[in-house]
Amino acid sequence: MELLNKKRGFLFGNEAIVRGALESGIGFASAYPGTPASEIGDTFAKISKTEKIYFEYSTNEKVALEAAAGAAFSNVKALVSFKHYGLNVALDSLLPIVYLECPLVVAVADDPSCFSSVQTEQDSRWFSKLGHIPTLEPSDSQETKDMTKFAFQLAYKYKIPVIVRLTTRVCYSKSLVNFNKTIKGKTKGKFKKSWFKLGSYQTVERHKKLLKKINKIKQLAENSTLNFIEKGKGNIGIITTGPAYNYVKETEQELKIKLPLLKIGFSYPFPEKKVKTFLKNLKLKSVIVVEELDPVIENEVKKLADKNIKIYGKNLFPETEELKPEYVLASISTILKKSLPDELVENIKKFKSSEIPARLPLFCAGCPHRSTFYAIKKVLGKKKIFGGDIGCYMLGAFPPYEMYDFVVSMGASIGVSHGIAKSSNEKPVIFIGDSTFFHAGIPALLNLVYNKSNALVVILDNRLTAMTGQQPHPGTGWTGTGELTKIIAIENIAKACKVNFVKISNVWNFNQLCKDVKEAYNSKGVSVLIAKGECRLFAVKQLAKAGRDWPRFEIIKQNPKLNELAGFQCPAIKKEKGKWIIDKNLCWGCTICKQLFPDYIKVKKK
Amino acid sequence: MKKETKMKPFNLIVTGYGGQGILTLADIIAKAALKQRYDVKEAELHGLAQRSGSLECHIRFGKSIYSPLVTRGRADLIIALDASEALRACYWANKKTKVLTNSKIFRSSSKLKQVLSKIKKFTKNLHLVDADSIVKKETKDITMVNMFMLGYAIKKRLLPLKKKLVWQAIEERINKKFLKENKKIFEKAFKSR
Repeated sequence: MELLNKKRGFLFGNEAIVRGALESGIGFASAYPGTPASEIGDTFAKISKTEKIYFEYSTNEKVALEAAAGAAFSNVKALVSFKHYGLNVALDSLLPIVYLECPLVVAVADDPSCFSSVQTEQDSRWFSKLGHIPTLEPSDSQETKDMTKFAFQLAYKYKIPVIVRLTTRVCYSKSLVNFNKTIKGKTKGKFKKSWFKLGSYQTVERHKKLLKKINKIKQLAENSTLNFIEKGKGNIGIITTGPAYNYVKETEQELKIKLPLLKIGFSYPFPEKKVKTFLKNLKLKSVIVVEELDPVIENEVKKLADKNIKIYGKNLFPETEELKPEYVLASISTILKKSLPDELVENIKKFKSSEIPARLPLFCAGCPHRSTFYAIKKVLGKKKIFGGDIGCYMLGAFPPYEMYDFVVSMGASIGVSHGIAKSSNEKPVIFIGDSTFFHAGIPALLNLVYNKSNALVVILDNRLTAMTGQQPHPGTGWTGTGELTKIIAIENIAKACKVNFVKISNVWNFNQLCKDVKEAYNSKGVSVLIAKGECRLFAVKQLAKAGRDWPRFEIIKQNPKLNELAGFQCPAIKKEKGKWIIDKNLCWGCTICKQLFPDYIKVKKK
Repeated sequence: MKKETKMKPFNLIVTGYGGQGILTLADIIAKAALKQRYDVKEAELHGLAQRSGSLECHIRFGKSIYSPLVTRGRADLIIALDASEALRACYWANKKTKVLTNSKIFRSSSKLKQVLSKIKKFTKNLHLVDADSIVKKETKDITMVNMFMLGYAIKKRLLPLKKKLVWQAIEERINKKFLKENKKIFEKAFKSR
């Protein structure tokens, strides 16, 4: 494994975090998978046994953070990782933990452009200010590793959580990282017992102490080499952070210029003096602040700069979507009154993305969710209220299904549907996955029953946290490191929540599934239908690994009835020259199409 | 590590749809470039790609590389495993850009002829190859189209990397069980016209 090389490795940012942790003597890592941060946990899962550290996928981000905090309180070096709105979930515990002398490293990945996100395109750096949490912002994999190490040092020196804030491009770009020695961390420490002084006065005192601590750390940020100045020519300067730094450097190479530049890597507490020195000593007349998402650094710079210095920032760059090298090149060229490269100008004239048909993502061939959505569409139609949640089944929101009326956050399909049921005469149909149900669905299900609601909760149980890379969850029977553990059955939870109607339906038996959908919907009050069928992508991979094959299907007779397959939408089934065909290279043998059209579709003989 | 000092950054886009082995292909190319002692950065996206969505990887190599992303209109080479994705990648094309594309179009209303004429508006330097058919003939399926396209790009001198180093990178990356088959397809590209 590249990550465990001796001298250097070609790593993703997500892997560089893990290397940095290993070089810091980590003993405990926890995560809830969420892309773009998923591979941080996955990488820990892969190496935890050989490197002798503890790793777990926790049931949600709040629990993951609490577990890591417990380890840190026990003097075991700990890191927790999740995506940006994982931090929202964890925030309730993170903010008080900052008051409690807890040396923890928190890796959070923002997703500008929402490549893998549907909830929000938020900038996590606001939480640093809100919670007084020291924050580091790497630009590439080398910096990610180095900053992770520094985060541990800082966390231990000041007994405080430290955020390493990544963005999608840092997580998912690879570059060469030079390694130092790894340190064998301890996995067992000692929790220091002490009387917890409870009371509002004590909380205020802790807050005061925290502010003093932050003041000390501010001095560190002022002198830190993570905030460095590059000399250049002229009176137009750049202040930049994160991946934007790389685009500024490319622009300099492209325009053959060298501008005075301040790179901010240690962004909270904000290094005010350093910024002031940069502005004054270099006698700058204007400054371009280049950062992704919100104007967090720009606002700080505006507070510090003299009135006669012109500050550019979000008046040049978008506040939504990730920055691209061409945006930075174009904006800096404009300010410097330089012309753009011909190739770029020409491409802007010619390329119209609207002229290229979008390729919408589809359920995989043989996906259990397709069977479930097709059955519900067939039995209940598309006019019901559909409460959607977060997972692969979001593809049911796309044509030809279009069976999503809203998505809010993990578990909110149930929470919001309850309000709709109470405030209307509708019985909402809820789509929630197995992992999402364990994550945040259970309290919402309890509320449905307790407050006498009316809804059908379809739990799409594909036996994995599939979308983020097929991680295990409490229903699977194994842990993040592959150890066997108890299987927590969803039906038992639903029954314990006193749901009237609980049924498991095998999604590979289509007619029975349709009957079960009907029965579940017609049952009064709250009903739970567990649509169970293993992630086919996972199953097929296992079969291939074992050197085994699966059945393929073929269309033996054409018939106008087969046109219904357009609304089924399997990537393996297509109409070519007026004929329906099944591509045997893509068929993963789920059998549903054959069950729909037994007269026209048969198993292909080898 | 000594680095090559001569060349400007080489900007490459590798594209296709999820499930075609784009990430593996990009990883092999990046590793081969490292073996040739270039500074290398690679960018890709994970997420819903397995589910037949568009997928593009950026690979840049040269003396010193900062941005992992290719700047719009500045690609030297686009390798596309699907022709409609080659057109989408023309966001990075200029009139000197070389486009090597598979002639297949998966699940799209676009027709090959239209797609190619649109690509030609950006660059005349277009290399079309029916990789799906060639690979299918050899192995009965299309899982190794990525390997064929890689071999073809080297053979046609579109990708300035040494065959020997690329093969080393393949050996390190591909499961031993499938290495023989992969070699057959990779070599097949050097025999094709």
